[in-house]
Amino acid sequence: MKKLWKGNEAIAEAAVAAGCRYFFGYPITPQNEIPEYMSWRLFEVGGAFIQAESEVSAINMVYGAAGAGARAMTSSSSPGISLKQEGISYIAGADLPCVIVNMMRSGPGLGGIQPAQGDYFQATKGGGHGDYHCIVYAPSTVQEFVDITYRAFDVADEYRNPVMIIGDGMLGQMMESAEIPPMRDLSTLPNKDSWAACGHSDGKQRLINSIRFEADELEAFNDYLFKKYEKIAEKETRYEEYYNDDAEYIFVAYGSVARICKAAVMELRSEGIKAGLIRPITLYPYPSKIINDTAKKPYVKKFITVEMSKGQMVEDVRLAVNGAKPVEFYGRCGGNVMMPADLVKLVKEGK
Amino acid sequence: MKIIISGFGGQGVLSLGKFISYSAIEENLNTSWLPSYGPEMRGGTANCSVIYSAEEIAAPVIDKPDVLIAFNEPSLVKFENSVKEGGVIIINSDIVHLKTTRKDVKFYEIPVDTLASAINKRGANVYMLGVLLPIFKDISEEAAIGAIQHVFENKPKVIPSNIECLKAGIEYMKQRI
Amino acid sequence: MKIVATKPQMLTDAHMHYCPGCTHGIVHRLIAEVLEELGKTDNAIGIMPVGCAVFGYNYFKCDMYQAAHGRAPSVASGVRRVVNSDNIIFSYQGDGDLASIGMAETVHACMRGENITVIFINNQIYGMTGGQMAPTTMPGEKATTCIYGRDPKVYGNPVHMSEMLATLTGPAYIERVACFDVPHVRQAKAAIKKAFQIQMEKKGLTFIEVLANCPTNYHMTPLESMNFVKTKGCEFYPLGVYKDITKEENK
Repeated sequence: MKKLWKGNEAIAEAAVAAGCRYFFGYPITPQNEIPEYMSWRLFEVGGAFIQAESEVSAINMVYGAAGAGARAMTSSSSPGISLKQEGISYIAGADLPCVIVNMMRSGPGLGGIQPAQGDYFQATKGGGHGDYHCIVYAPSTVQEFVDITYRAFDVADEYRNPVMIIGDGMLGQMMESAEIPPMRDLSTLPNKDSWAACGHSDGKQRLINSIRFEADELEAFNDYLFKKYEKIAEKETRYEEYYNDDAEYIFVAYGSVARICKAAVMELRSEGIKAGLIRPITLYPYPSKIINDTAKKPYVKKFITVEMSKGQMVEDVRLAVNGAKPVEFYGRCGGNVMMPADLVKLVKEGK
Repeated sequence: MKIIISGFGGQGVLSLGKFISYSAIEENLNTSWLPSYGPEMRGGTANCSVIYSAEEIAAPVIDKPDVLIAFNEPSLVKFENSVKEGGVIIINSDIVHLKTTRKDVKFYEIPVDTLASAINKRGANVYMLGVLLPIFKDISEEAAIGAIQHVFENKPKVIPSNIECLKAGIEYMKQRI
Repeated sequence: MKIVATKPQMLTDAHMHYCPGCTHGIVHRLIAEVLEELGKTDNAIGIMPVGCAVFGYNYFKCDMYQAAHGRAPSVASGVRRVVNSDNIIFSYQGDGDLASIGMAETVHACMRGENITVIFINNQIYGMTGGQMAPTTMPGEKATTCIYGRDPKVYGNPVHMSEMLATLTGPAYIERVACFDVPHVRQAKAAIKKAFQIQMEKKGLTFIEVLANCPTNYHMTPLESMNFVKTKGCEFYPLGVYKDITKEENK
């Protein structure tokens, strides 16, 4: 049944439905509704919640719980996600599945608490040290938060890889109608007996570890990770095309900004200007191919990347377009949100 | 329908928005409710943007609201110029003593605190919900009652007086629209 | 022929990488002996730190975690939520790991009264990285980042972890022991055993601080380093029980 859900609470309930039973967090605006919700909900379903002493501690609790085989999760907002990077790198290095939510706020530093998308580089290009990637999703509606969170735990388990879901303060705080999928039967979740270190009595040690002092051993692990990422790119890349069949002006935007672009597309089309949108749903793996294919279409005049930042994803758009068409950028920062009218004006003036 | 509701924190600004969204859900419409958040929640100004539509809701932000409800003077000053031509501005005239400078909108001054307190001292925002229904036209009284029942699920005692506020609000507006 | 002594079954045959004369090996063995005596070798879970004991997972046969620097208590807390309550969980941490970078994690795991056992190796120095000053380096003691000896006015003061943690409500048992001679090794073993027993009774966090040596970075022979711990070490860090809720319960 569809209900009115706040973005943050919808994520929390979707995680519970997906079989997440362990949440470790630390307060920071604008994601507080996630730990608040989990703090009572997980005990209802026989799980556990810890309000950790810091984000650093929380992500390491995730490391422990995920290492023991559980579906575990943490959430934070930009400054807190910076603190978690050490742990995320270790989780990647120990080949562990988990889900991390970042409700982005504006930065750098303590910044502000209003929505922003300044953590794109951090989320998609590593964030922590070493050669690794999180699988990064950028939902744009509360329902999509639900659907992606529900799936994120399966994807994390399938590839034994940390999954990061990024939203922003706007998406976390807003309410929309959404439907939570049915509760997963925990007995149907993937069996992790072969590697989970949960105190086995079978005489075979399970080791959760990211230390590899031998160069060849570590390089082999790096190779393994990147083979895994290739497979993920092949199977898990997601995007949405919006009025792209004949579009001359293509917006590229993700998350809440993509919705503002959609409104601009409608407005432009009502005035006879053929605009469209490519909305990456996975930011890593990045949907480069569809952007590249679109760039080759003769009627496409240019791409306009729109972000709540000074321009981060635009670099990936340029790489994908590879010089075939002009790539422009429009961004707002500091918690300011562009309006559809701003984008309509941009296209009309730049025509 | 795009609505901006604005006022002081604690005036029920956010909850009025939620009532509208819950009512829209009762009508099987898509809806989004986007609050201002953070320090503003604690004593400063608060506002929320509410949209409902039969179509997919694209931008949850509103640059040109169809309806502005101002519960204090700064809110009227801040948002009145953004209201769509031919739109509606409603002020809580118990608190707001300014008039709009706009000539191209419908302007209603409603002493909603006074009107509601005769029925339920905490019923101003539900009264305002009632006021809005004749303007919206596509949200029924039944849907709004469903929303009230849902919001006060755990406080069933207050449901009858809130429904009374709603009905009074509807009647008030019907006579003036 | 009669076997009078053997290596604990819980320890692997791996050659330990610790320096000659280091007491890490002794403490590893004590943990293994105690877990065997308690019949808990199978379901124990160990969390190793960053520092000299970073490869500790090579020496224990049970399930092991290698944690980020200072984060072992948090990892242990996460594991504790997931596994059965009768699984023994221990973290094994040095002074830089536990009392410097991991101070918050240590204190908060104690505050929560996590049902785990923390084995704290206090050798007053960063061993793995080559002898830098630790949060436990004593006044006057030399290290590569305080080459004239620790002057508290310049470098700040060392911390007495057992005394400090004993002020908290969460921990169930806190004792400081040492390994510089046989009676003290036996005492250390008894303390570790008591700690695990209290964990088995699910009474909360148990914390065993082992006053240890680092002959390599003290630039001493093993014997000299043992003697240093026995004299200067024990003088500054008095051995003894700092908290015992089982005693309080018996009152």
